Amino acid sequence: MTGIDPVSVQIRLRGVRFAWRRYESDIIDIDDFTVAKGERLFIEGPSGSGKSSLLSLLGGVVVPREGRVEVLGENLSSMRGWRRDRFRADHVGFVFQMFNLVPYLSVVDNVILPCRFSRRRRARSEARSSSVHADAMRLLAELELDRSKVIDRAVVDLSIGQQQRVAVARSLIGSPEIVIADEPTSALDEGTRERFLELLFNECDAEDTTLLFVSHDTRLGTLFNRRVSLKEINRSAVEAPS
Amino acid sequence: MAIVRLAASSVWNRRVTAGLTVFAVALSVTMLLGVEKLRRDAREAFANTISGTDLIVGARSGAVQLLLYSVFRIGNATNNISWESYQDIAAHPRVSWAVPISLGDSHRGYRVMGTSREYFERYGYAGNASLQFSAGGVFEDVFDAVLGAEVAEQLGYSLADPLVVAHGAGEVSFANHDDKPFRVAGILEPTGTPVDRTVHVSLEGIEAMHADWKSGAPIPSMKVSADEARRLDLTPKAITAFLVGLKSKVAVFKVQRYVNEYREEPLLAIIPGVALQELWDLMSVAEKALLVISSMVVISGFLGMLTVILSSLEARRREMAVLRSVGARPLHVFALFMSEAGLLTLVGVVAGVVLLYAVMLLGQPIAAREFGLHIPIGLPQSADIILMGAVVGAGFAVGSIPALRAYRLSLADGLSLRV
Repeated sequence: MTGIDPVSVQIRLRGVRFAWRRYESDIIDIDDFTVAKGERLFIEGPSGSGKSSLLSLLGGVVVPREGRVEVLGENLSSMRGWRRDRFRADHVGFVFQMFNLVPYLSVVDNVILPCRFSRRRRARSEARSSSVHADAMRLLAELELDRSKVIDRAVVDLSIGQQQRVAVARSLIGSPEIVIADEPTSALDEGTRERFLELLFNECDAEDTTLLFVSHDTRLGTLFNRRVSLKEINRSAVEAPS
Repeated sequence: MAIVRLAASSVWNRRVTAGLTVFAVALSVTMLLGVEKLRRDAREAFANTISGTDLIVGARSGAVQLLLYSVFRIGNATNNISWESYQDIAAHPRVSWAVPISLGDSHRGYRVMGTSREYFERYGYAGNASLQFSAGGVFEDVFDAVLGAEVAEQLGYSLADPLVVAHGAGEVSFANHDDKPFRVAGILEPTGTPVDRTVHVSLEGIEAMHADWKSGAPIPSMKVSADEARRLDLTPKAITAFLVGLKSKVAVFKVQRYVNEYREEPLLAIIPGVALQELWDLMSVAEKALLVISSMVVISGFLGMLTVILSSLEARRREMAVLRSVGARPLHVFALFMSEAGLLTLVGVVAGVVLLYAVMLLGQPIAAREFGLHIPIGLPQSADIILMGAVVGAGFAVGSIPALRAYRLSLADGLSLRV
């Protein structure tokens, strides 16, 4: 973890210990972990390595029992719950493995959802295009989502590949500093997967967005700036449970 | 606001189940408000039936019973009172007027009431309205009859038509006074009171009908024709009750006591308003029972809503995690579910009110035609608003159950989409 300019540090975990319940043993025990701005980081995380706990910590959904979780220079551990929720809304975009979309909203409404919870992202989105709606359309077009084939259809009728790209558009709208992708490609087939990653990288590069990409598929690792194995940084990682 | 819009989209997305839930809530609201309206209208109709009368005097029985048979034509008198007692009390210095009434006969299901001509000026209803004739006028001859509006309309009578009075108050009668037919001399304007369903004749007419009767049956050997009857002394020997107006209302208790302590005959004098109050007290049990039943219907409507929302909760955990990931607080998730329940309730209440008015509009002519019941359609009263408020409050209370559960789930689940 050397050679990173301290100014450009975006995420830093120091002495973080975390367990879901008070009397359970730690699931996360990370001494020091840093991510720089604009980095494209691949986190290899098989099940049992504390992957969802780490994402919950970074998203500010939970706080560690010990240590500091610093994101953009702010210590999430000492923030109140609602401030962490707002912080997440303002600065972090998420893409999940599947079922990313709210089934009763249109494609565009799904994309602009973060702008409903974050004024900052709404303002940034409006500054970029004339309106959040126009910005959503721009992102969808850049992610090669066809208007007639995708945008005007109900989200439940989209293919998984299309749904994942809509989710990427949502995570990027309003230019959050960090995008966290949790196995976004595991439900995609080989061909779709590569194209998906290419589009994701393009968008992140365009905004200099820091990308944390979590996957157990090690073959994808070669496409990233840096690879980290959770098993290495998390001292509490369990060796491949059932 | 964003949350309410989300809730609206979510409800719209599940519009079939949501529609059914709204329908159940709407039906229960219609029933609740309908029962309340019926209760109020019934009270109002009763309260409007008689006015301007200070006392009603009849044979000693119960106050409510006397009120029911003398004014509402419900039930029968247990006993008659003598003509002498009537004259005696009518002559009391504080009594301004006394109108006798004599019941016991009927015409095709409608009660026939013998009375004096003064009845038509003295009887008041709905504040201080008095009886008006739509055709003809007060009876002049012994065999003249004045019909209530409904009697004339339902039986298709017009002026000068003949009608035969039946003995007894049943719809079907085996003893008719067919030897002495009456003639329609006047028809009254509708009043919305039992007057509409009454055939009015003179006391002399009642006497003449029964000239050849004894103990409630015709005497076979004795036949008195209508013309012969006219020549008889038709002063009644007994009447059923009489309405009393006083010179000063202050004397009402004094005269009431005088009548109740009358030595010649056991009599009962009632103040109509007081007897009505007694009637309300009697009815309030039934009213409360109806209110409880319709509240139960509301509760079951909301149980349906609760089931629908709760059963969708499990399937919506992913959605909650997605909302959390874009920055929603657990409180937002709570608000989302509260808004959905609130929307279903509000739409249900509005639909219920609309349904109630639709039923009233459709039912009004039918009720008027079939039962002679006039249903006034007006704006919701404050009691209705309170009931609606209670329903909305109950809806939110019920909605808080799944909302709290969703809140806890979203706190526990966070961003992880495990199902």
